[in-house]
Amino acid sequence: MSTLTREETESLIQEVLEVYPEKAKKDRAKHLAVNDQSIEQSKKCITSNRKSQPGVMTIRGCAYAGSRGVVWGPVKDMIHISHGPVGCGQYSRGGRRNYYVGATGVNTFAEINFTSDFQEKDIVFGGDKKLAKIMQEIEQLFPLHKGISVQSECPIGLIGDDIEAVSKKAAKEMNKVVVPVRCEGFRGVSQSLGHHIANDAIRDWVLSNRDGQHFESTPYDVTIIGDYNIGGDAWASRIFLEEMGLRVIAQWSGDGTIAEMENTPKAKLNLLHCYRSMNYISRHMEEKYGIPWMEYNFFGPTKIEESLRRIAAFFDDSIKEKCEAVIAKYKPMMQAVIDKYKPRLQGKKVMLYVGGLRPRHVIGAYEDLGMEVVGTGYEFAHGDDYDRTIKEMGNATLLYDDVTGFELEEFVKRIKPDLVGSGIKEKYIFQKMGIPFRQMHSWDYSGPYHGYDGFAIFARDMDMTLNNPCWGKQTPPWKKSADADEVKAAA
Amino acid sequence: MANIMIRKTAEGGLSFYLPKRDLEDNIVSIEFDQADKWGGELKLANGGTYYVDPMDAPPKLPISVRAKRVDAPE
Repeated sequence: MSTLTREETESLIQEVLEVYPEKAKKDRAKHLAVNDQSIEQSKKCITSNRKSQPGVMTIRGCAYAGSRGVVWGPVKDMIHISHGPVGCGQYSRGGRRNYYVGATGVNTFAEINFTSDFQEKDIVFGGDKKLAKIMQEIEQLFPLHKGISVQSECPIGLIGDDIEAVSKKAAKEMNKVVVPVRCEGFRGVSQSLGHHIANDAIRDWVLSNRDGQHFESTPYDVTIIGDYNIGGDAWASRIFLEEMGLRVIAQWSGDGTIAEMENTPKAKLNLLHCYRSMNYISRHMEEKYGIPWMEYNFFGPTKIEESLRRIAAFFDDSIKEKCEAVIAKYKPMMQAVIDKYKPRLQGKKVMLYVGGLRPRHVIGAYEDLGMEVVGTGYEFAHGDDYDRTIKEMGNATLLYDDVTGFELEEFVKRIKPDLVGSGIKEKYIFQKMGIPFRQMHSWDYSGPYHGYDGFAIFARDMDMTLNNPCWGKQTPPWKKSADADEVKAAA
Repeated sequence: MANIMIRKTAEGGLSFYLPKRDLEDNIVSIEFDQADKWGGELKLANGGTYYVDPMDAPPKLPISVRAKRVDAPE
């Protein structure tokens, strides 16, 4: 199908909004927009980070998910206690496939669910004693852990437990880091506030722990911030940063450790991948420690080259030279990938709907393969994310914020993209509708997609999904028209 | 009153960041920018104006300060 014009996209939005009652329609209209690259401030065209309407189906998470699942969860050598009833922790352990190296249960714990399993009596009498006991047990059973974080679930905030006091006492007894995180699920409108709360907890309880201590530093110390190592993403990024001559002293937080986090203030430059979840701590470090930060994008060779040159610009000529050498080394490999897959994917249209970063970051990778992103949107982005998105997207393409299940389905039915990239919950709806789908939340159990190595896998996966023969087999043989049979007979 | 952060941009100008409102914009003019006085009214690229209590010397950037909204477009 051909690309929609601005008027057509606008009328599509109006048509989809038609089913809502007056009040809901007015509210939802603010979250849907037609992209206009001339707009500098996204606030003029799209509203974001607002409470979802009751009664519509959206796919947001809660503050607890943002802190336990995203920011703290991947820190591998700490034990993260899901403080509260058992369910929240069970559904947020290791589900994002944040890969790490280590012996699980001995010195790394990212995949295990630790919970205080609240019962009625804990709600009535308070859970502080239980928490203190859990920490003692952890110390006995898992002596190689390097610290504990207490991830509050909703009841903790409601009954007013003093987890800070318990944590301080336990930290003194164990002589390890214990971080209380006030990330109760009811805070904020989405997981985004959970990221912020988790960042603030790192700021208050972790970052200054090694201030004034000696650190063997080099002029080329950098950190990878906001890369959760999904399917090995951070490893695929790290290897060519090291090839460039930089020393990666910390990974936040995929395959990360508490020691790395404590050493981060000694870095010379913070490299920020997921702006949405970790810009807060980067801004704080810039103010307190004077460490500059920059956003980079390691999806697709075009964006990688751009990012690598911008990273190298912070350092001396030796790094710049090596940066060019790295780019030159991988160029032929990337060209081979593009030569192989571009003819198979050229001109295909993609609609995206993911969390807080990928809806704009992966656009470059699709464009490298000759594909076009015709619609994009975020679950929990803020205005500054849309500011950055507007420039990446083509004119008259569709933007949708915190889209509802109904809206996304209708948009897909009308725009008829060749591929939808979205989260776990949307996957089967679209596959049953007969539209090729990639789960872009944790790479559909594939990956890594970051970096040069990741791009080759990304291209293969997109081809595997789009050109899968199953999409031509949706009509059962007994429903096939006579024409099709004749064609077959003639052939 | 709101907590804001002022930082230098890559281009050498100043940028204004108000986390509560997700507002990040360039500062087009600052009332006092002298060796002995810094602050006052900040005019933003989006047309808004904020007031920061003047300081005795230009601070080390970035800096978090309290700012008062004088006039904002939205």
